[in-house]
Amino acid sequence: MKSFSDWIRQPGLLNAVPVGLFLLVGFAGPLVLVLLYSFMPPKTFTLNQVPTVENYLSVVTQSYYISFGWSLMLAVITVALLLVITYPIAYGMTKLFNRWATLITILVALPLLISENIRLFGWVLLLLKNGVIDGSLQYLLGVSLSGLLYTVPAVVLGLVYVYLPFMLFPLVIGMSMVPDSLKEAASDLGASRLQIFWEVELPLSMPGILIGSLLVFILSLGSLAESKILGGQVIVMIADDIESAFTFAQNWPKGSVLSVLLITLSLVIIFFLFRNIDLDRLVGRR
Amino acid sequence: MNEVPLGFLELRGVTKQFGEFTALEDVNLSISEGEFFTLVGPSGSGKTTLIRILVGMDSPTSGEIALRGDVINHVPANRRPTCMVFQNLALFPHKTVGQNVEFAMKIAGVATSTRRERALELLELLRLPSDFYSKRINQCSGGERQRIALARALAFDPEILFFDEPLSALDFRLRKTLEKELKDIHRETGKTFVYITHSLEEAMVMSDRIGILNHGKLIQIGSPDDIYNRPLNKFVAQFMGEVNTLAVEKAGTGKVKDSATGSMYEITENGQEFESGFMIIRPEVMKIGGAADVLPNRIQGVLFNDYALGSRIQYQVRSADGEDQWLVERLQDDPFSGNAGEPVTIGWRAEDSILVSS
Repeated sequence: MKSFSDWIRQPGLLNAVPVGLFLLVGFAGPLVLVLLYSFMPPKTFTLNQVPTVENYLSVVTQSYYISFGWSLMLAVITVALLLVITYPIAYGMTKLFNRWATLITILVALPLLISENIRLFGWVLLLLKNGVIDGSLQYLLGVSLSGLLYTVPAVVLGLVYVYLPFMLFPLVIGMSMVPDSLKEAASDLGASRLQIFWEVELPLSMPGILIGSLLVFILSLGSLAESKILGGQVIVMIADDIESAFTFAQNWPKGSVLSVLLITLSLVIIFFLFRNIDLDRLVGRR
Repeated sequence: MNEVPLGFLELRGVTKQFGEFTALEDVNLSISEGEFFTLVGPSGSGKTTLIRILVGMDSPTSGEIALRGDVINHVPANRRPTCMVFQNLALFPHKTVGQNVEFAMKIAGVATSTRRERALELLELLRLPSDFYSKRINQCSGGERQRIALARALAFDPEILFFDEPLSALDFRLRKTLEKELKDIHRETGKTFVYITHSLEEAMVMSDRIGILNHGKLIQIGSPDDIYNRPLNKFVAQFMGEVNTLAVEKAGTGKVKDSATGSMYEITENGQEFESGFMIIRPEVMKIGGAADVLPNRIQGVLFNDYALGSRIQYQVRSADGEDQWLVERLQDDPFSGNAGEPVTIGWRAEDSILVSS
């Protein structure tokens, strides 16, 4: 049995102290604060009140389910679209493009260096009435496409565009974990291309697919800028409601309740998604 | 080996080029049904290229491959009635042992219960307990995985089973065991086995016939006995193991002359058509000490060192001028009693040398 002084002196533990403290203050702390505020009376700014579930009741009875619904639906659509779009790209990057894959990696990663909002405003210029697309079409063909911006598809476009790297790179990693010899073996045993895909490639690249989907889902669920900048007033996503509650409405407890509900929703979905999936098992490490 | 008509699997002028590099050059080969044929060659000899072409993962630049008389050059791997055991085995890590073995049958649409029955039969054939059926691949040892890979290939019921050095990663003892098991399974299943390896020793144990490949060319095809006792050239002789090699030329009836020193050696009349080339003498036919004194071919040298080879002891003898090294082997229970640094006589009988012209 190790004594406490031995235990505390383990190099691994000591090395984990700085990041542990940082996470405690920067990650766990705010979460706890949000949780505590969600039980304070409406429109209070201190934590020394009598706890109440009033905020939860009011949120449930109001129409917040609409913004929850939009956020959920758009997150699911974004994940689905990105899977379809990035799977072929990831396949090409791991199997076909060879040295060009590096160039593609750089090109995909480069926009991440520019603020998301600035990039979204770039799309506004493209999609705007009399903007780049509409204006060019009017000039060249005499056709007008003025209704592009401030639509749900524009929001989806923004989400897909912004979160593409978060799906692509995990997929690339997932696919590079499938050895060519396994596919050759499957083919040698009579499998067609489609059968190789279902029996070998897909299950073995599943960790990458799941991680990419999870990242994109969580990021889209909490996204704000895409619906505000490209969607205008057409839809309100839940992150928008949370922001309004904390800023415009100055109602921290209500914002906290919405945050807690969003976090819980994410956790429940992650739990159900990963409950039956053992990543180590999927790739045969156990 | 049973006499079966040749031409089950036939290679005619098979050449493979990768850009400027010729990996295989005009390979002609005929393998008969039920045969255990082994292709042996050092790394880079083209044997992996050849087996990939045979399995259908690659196609030759020119030449023909025919199975039962039908040219199959452009038939892809998944439509060929052949199957391969991969060098790294390529077992599916996300599937159980049973699912691995059943893979080909699942692809072919065989009913679940039939699949299971057949998989269990194969596990038994390969001496794996039936509880392996539900084990995961990474719970199995190297030797067990070897057997699973073989079971998976046999479940495909291939006309020809190819092996790409599957035993090379295993330790010596396990390899020896599996070599013999493989030969037993070949006998039990009666299938055609085509095996590639870099180890001629491994080939000797298992094969009906052996083909020696070097620099993309098939140098010699023959029974293990042919290859061992009648190598066609110096490469084949040296590939077999450590041998004494001497550059010689013909010098009258029954005699050859050492091209470097001019020493004369007796040969048997087998060397009639021989003009010049190399004389090969295996270490185990060489005599040392008193036994060598009565032999027609003798060399005076100094005992330099001895090495224990297990069942045999090898002696390194250096000629008086220090130019040549000779290897002599004796059985471990019949050692030579000389000491290092002492002068010794070594020799061999006229009929114990092999002459090759290149």
